[in-house]
Amino acid sequence: MKFGIVVFPGTWSEKDTHHAVNGVLGQDAEYIWHGDEKLDQYDAIVLPGGFSYGDFLRCGAIARFSPVMEAVRNFADNGGPVVGICNGFQVLCESGLLPGVLMRNDHLEFRCIWTDLKVENTSTMFTSKANAGETLHIPMSHGEGNYQADAATIKRLEDNGQVVFRYADADGNVTPEINPNGSINNIAGIVNERGNVMGMMPHPEKASEKLIGGDDGNVIFSSMIENIVATLA
Amino acid sequence: MTVSQETLDEIALSSEEYEAIIDRLGREPEPLELGLFGALWSEHCGYKHTKALLRTLPSSSERLLVAPGAENAGVVDLGDGLSVCFKIESHNHPSAVEPFEGAATGVGGIIRDIFAMGARPIALLNSLRFGKPDDARTRYLLNGVIGGISSYGNCIGIPDVGGEIFFSDSYKGNPLVNAMCVGLIEDGKMASASAKEPGDLLLLVGADTGRDGIHGASGLASRSFEEQAEMRSAVQVGNPFLEKVLIEACIESLDLPGVVGLQDCGAAGITSAAIEMAERSGMGLKLLIDTVPRREEGMTPYEVMLSESQERMLLAVTPGQEGPVFDLFKKWDLDATVIGVFELGEDVRIFDNGELVTSTPVITLTDAPEYKFTGVKPQWLTDLQNADLSAIPVPSESPSALLLKMLAAPNIASRFPIYRQYDYHVQTNTVVEPGGDAAVLRLKGSKRGIALSTDCNGRICYLDPEIGTAIAVAEACRNLSVTGAEPVALTDGLNFGNPETADVQFQLTESIAGMTRAAEAFGIPIVSGNASMYNQSAGKDIYPTPIIGSLGLLEDVEKHATVAFKSEGDVIVLLGTDSTWDVLDGLAASEYIDLIHDKVEGQPALDLDLEIRTQAVCRDAIANDLIASGHDVSDGGLAIAIAESAIIGEIGAVISEAPGDRWDAAMFGETQSRILVSLSQENLGKLEELASASNVPMTVIGSVGGNSLSFGDSISTPLADADDAWKNGFILATSD
Repeated sequence: MKFGIVVFPGTWSEKDTHHAVNGVLGQDAEYIWHGDEKLDQYDAIVLPGGFSYGDFLRCGAIARFSPVMEAVRNFADNGGPVVGICNGFQVLCESGLLPGVLMRNDHLEFRCIWTDLKVENTSTMFTSKANAGETLHIPMSHGEGNYQADAATIKRLEDNGQVVFRYADADGNVTPEINPNGSINNIAGIVNERGNVMGMMPHPEKASEKLIGGDDGNVIFSSMIENIVATLA
Repeated sequence: MTVSQETLDEIALSSEEYEAIIDRLGREPEPLELGLFGALWSEHCGYKHTKALLRTLPSSSERLLVAPGAENAGVVDLGDGLSVCFKIESHNHPSAVEPFEGAATGVGGIIRDIFAMGARPIALLNSLRFGKPDDARTRYLLNGVIGGISSYGNCIGIPDVGGEIFFSDSYKGNPLVNAMCVGLIEDGKMASASAKEPGDLLLLVGADTGRDGIHGASGLASRSFEEQAEMRSAVQVGNPFLEKVLIEACIESLDLPGVVGLQDCGAAGITSAAIEMAERSGMGLKLLIDTVPRREEGMTPYEVMLSESQERMLLAVTPGQEGPVFDLFKKWDLDATVIGVFELGEDVRIFDNGELVTSTPVITLTDAPEYKFTGVKPQWLTDLQNADLSAIPVPSESPSALLLKMLAAPNIASRFPIYRQYDYHVQTNTVVEPGGDAAVLRLKGSKRGIALSTDCNGRICYLDPEIGTAIAVAEACRNLSVTGAEPVALTDGLNFGNPETADVQFQLTESIAGMTRAAEAFGIPIVSGNASMYNQSAGKDIYPTPIIGSLGLLEDVEKHATVAFKSEGDVIVLLGTDSTWDVLDGLAASEYIDLIHDKVEGQPALDLDLEIRTQAVCRDAIANDLIASGHDVSDGGLAIAIAESAIIGEIGAVISEAPGDRWDAAMFGETQSRILVSLSQENLGKLEELASASNVPMTVIGSVGGNSLSFGDSISTPLADADDAWKNGFILATSD
């Protein structure tokens, strides 16, 4: 299968994502320039981390207007798998492909730390290789990852099982103390209702090998690969 | 002399230097010309007080592909078709005036130095010094500097993997902000900062030129703090997004056949960048100053030449091949403009709308005067060195209580509250994260890895600039060796007071001598560097602070050690000494006597030969998979090193011998050349063989295990208390 990795000016996680899905997991992967509008040749799209267009105005607020995002919207509308990581999650929210917003961390500081993510839903195409109740050890790196939405939206996300990851301790306990940014209900990642668009603040591509601290991020990319390859067959 | 003293003061030239300019030109300089001289003859660009000394530093090595000084940074061969360049640079004065932007643009500046070499920046480190944090303005500076580094560094996708921070009244009001950047060069991709042929075009790419930063190099960097307060406009404002785009575009442009040279536009802006490029090319240069894209209207040629607007680079391009260059920069939404032509001849000729404004020989501009001096040791220093350390009283509190106080001290407590604000994972090469003695990075596509560290204890350098600087080199290398990496190259960031005074001249002379002695003993070159003078506050010079950035090589990056104790029952060994606890002399220049007794005194000492042998044994032991942890014994002495390995490893330690009557010196003395390791009982014999073969003393001092730190029978501190003190100390000490 082939991953398409979107590159906006200011994106910096595209090479790390390429390394994870191609270098480590052996899948085809290509970069997609923000001016491109044709995505037919890809089986999945990744919006990687970084500071698209300098995050001027508001994180992801300018990226949503780029030509490639119109194409990503069509790709998602046709059921294509899309994952947004960190800045990519912010872009998906700004584009309306996912509900809610990512506000400034409640403590107002940038945070680069390892997090433990409790996998809340193992039936998505992004998490099917995880075990129920499992935690994934994956780093985060952001100043604006405080996920918030109105009460009705949160209730809908929770009721539909659209909350995929929550910040937890290593044993899977979801507590206010472990919440690294103030996200409501410790939410670290969500999917859309259809289940083909996921956004998450932590960086699975930065947890791709034991040598650099762990390879739990591969659970997410491997789940995608397994599910996508199955539909291609 | 037809020029006013006021004008000379503005560009920080002395009347003697003005006379020298007239003498060399054979005429009075034009006003614009005088501005060029002010910039290029500044301490920052011209190295007037350090050039002669810097020439004595060791600069050769089999691994060196580009000699220091020949380009923006020396280049070190790592094998496997990979080479690295690295450099440290200061942004002290801008950070004292405007800490956020000063620190941010310091980071931006050093990154440009590195990608100007065709290197992809892969790591940043920061070496910071502040006054004691119990002062509100110091906390403002601290938060501003960290915020600036965090804001700029996180935005551009370069991991910030290490550095140090040290507090002392000596730096009150004059913080030191030194940033180091490391870049990786793929085979054959190295760029040169010069043109190839007369007729080559000079292109300016990136940001428009504004009025910011004028006189930054000549003015700010040559004045003492008191004079800087109203010079805020001389501090530049950074745009990390633009820099990130500029990095990608410039590195991509080197694949175009027409691009023959790349140069960063830093201190003194186009003046320094373009004229140094002409000098390096051995050519003259015709500059069309009116073509420079401007941020604001009505700028004079003088302002355009001296602007330090950030995020600009210069390219030398073969004429006729500029089309694809324009296309590439357009793809990245960046401006690229031809602003000049390299030509036969010796002069830089500046034209404004077709009219020749000045014509000056390049070499006259770049050949700044050199001030030579010899240092005389001041009596006050002899008195401090001869202080009677036995007169320092043993504290009345318990050893456990003092251990907790030391662990929470601003100079010792965990730096996690700072580095968690920096992205240290991006690029996915970080094998050992910040918080250890050195960061370790893997090199994708190779088994090899590199280790990086910065080090300098200004207090030790103050008490003996020669030995102190040798210790800075030794410790910067020791930080590498405890991870298993072999030191291969150094960069130096000289931070000193007013070089026109006898004391600072002594410190400079001695410091460079110590650096040379130690680097030669290690057999490694100093590949790049930076000098920042006139660091003073309240009329006092700062501690001499020659910061050493070090680069080490691991043949197999999987085989590295970390600080953390690993397993219950492992033996704890101290390499480099035949006794467990330190002696009274170890109190010299120590953190303990400064923090607890408010004393900065004693004679620092270093046995360089023992140091080098001890480090080699540690590296051999790691390469042979003998040891489970390695940690440098430095600030706070052995008790602190043990506590850190235990806290990070989340397991206690039992040290057999009690520290005795002078338990303060025993526990917190800072005698050099000691490395704390832990290993399984079965490997102990092999480590003893290695040590004995190299004539390195070692002592088995205890074992890993339990949930307390026990020193002999009577001193025991719960690990949880030590953990709490060390992890929360920094926040407590630096909160309002």
